[in-house]
Amino acid sequence: MRLVIPLAITFVTGMIMVLHFFVPHQPIKLLGDNLQDWFMIVTAASIFLGALNLMHVHFRKIKLKLKNWKYSPVTLTGFMVMFIAGLIYGVTEAKPFDFMFMNMVAPMGSTMFSLLAFFVASAAFRAFRASNWRATLLLTSAFIVMLGQVPIGAMIWDKIPLAKVWLMTFPNTAGQRAVMIGAAMGVVSTSLRMIFGIERSYLGGTD
Amino acid sequence: MNWEILGIWLGAGLTLCLYSFLYRDNPFYKFAEHLFVGMSAAYWVIYSIENVLIPNWWQQMFPAGGGFNWVWIFPGIFALFMLARIIPKTAGLSRMALGMIIGTGAGLNMVSFFQTNAMAQVKGTIISVSSGGVWIIFSNILLVVGVVTGLVYFFFSKAHTGIVGKTANVGITILMIAFGASFGYTIMARISLLIGRCQFLLEDWLPTIPRLLGLGG
Repeated sequence: MRLVIPLAITFVTGMIMVLHFFVPHQPIKLLGDNLQDWFMIVTAASIFLGALNLMHVHFRKIKLKLKNWKYSPVTLTGFMVMFIAGLIYGVTEAKPFDFMFMNMVAPMGSTMFSLLAFFVASAAFRAFRASNWRATLLLTSAFIVMLGQVPIGAMIWDKIPLAKVWLMTFPNTAGQRAVMIGAAMGVVSTSLRMIFGIERSYLGGTD
Repeated sequence: MNWEILGIWLGAGLTLCLYSFLYRDNPFYKFAEHLFVGMSAAYWVIYSIENVLIPNWWQQMFPAGGGFNWVWIFPGIFALFMLARIIPKTAGLSRMALGMIIGTGAGLNMVSFFQTNAMAQVKGTIISVSSGGVWIIFSNILLVVGVVTGLVYFFFSKAHTGIVGKTANVGITILMIAFGASFGYTIMARISLLIGRCQFLLEDWLPTIPRLLGLGG
């Protein structure tokens, strides 16, 4: 019974959404439109769940004095200050929440992603060693795209930016399309398996 | 207090703390990393309240014109079921909410992915390979051949031997060029972020130092 009701909910909601696409009339339209809003509301609750779990993990770390526990108060304080500022003062411009987002969260986010440039570069150094002709193709393609993006590429040879555009427009589009079509087929088959209750690992087991 | 200067110094301090990781893992990096996790989590919680829960739930349940729309109690119950996961005794209730999310998401994605990622891409590949100059014709043929052979490479229900294997080999060659191009593009996107941070430090933060020390500017 603990699996039957969730599986029934999955089947009914899944079928309503599929029908909603093909039958744009009442009452399916009303049900489908409402279900999309419900989906967003429950997904928002899962973000709350994630935040509560984050709190739980860090309180536990402090309580048991686990590795790096001294940094957990930083996470908890950062969360509480940002959360309370958003709740009390709102999220409009020139309020504390906006100030913290613009001057702390956004710069840290950009810096974190820019740090990846160094790690991607070191990974590229290892991955791009031309061990076979296909790896050489990958290396050459990446190198042309990188050079084509910056002015020095055009200074070396004015055709490099054109080669970059061609690479992105034709071979890259062909490869990405093959990946996208394959992934879409995977999504369709996995969705069908979930709606019909064949795939049920998300409920915590196969029993 | 000059809030603009304070904001610049906060941003610069945290940026430098994070970049200190390039030397090695250290307490400054760990401090900024943990702060980022906490503040980002709070940002998404507040974002969900302001942009999802208030307009899509609260204002639907209690419309501006007055009254009470009882239907909207149900998503609230599902949301509570999801939160019930934090209490071990009631954790089973979260399966109902999960079932609802998975069912709706699967039904929604199944048709939208099929339409946008499969049908639209197939339609985009049905192009004329005989019009235009020699270079355009060659490029269009390469595009069509690339998509078809790439799909053959991803088709694992048949062993990659004989003609299938040869076709899949062409596919993987096109895929390697595509992955190389995507990889190069990703690196450049990260580099542009790095340039942005360096510009912030050099053009926004550094000029504030003489101003703070009263050296003009």
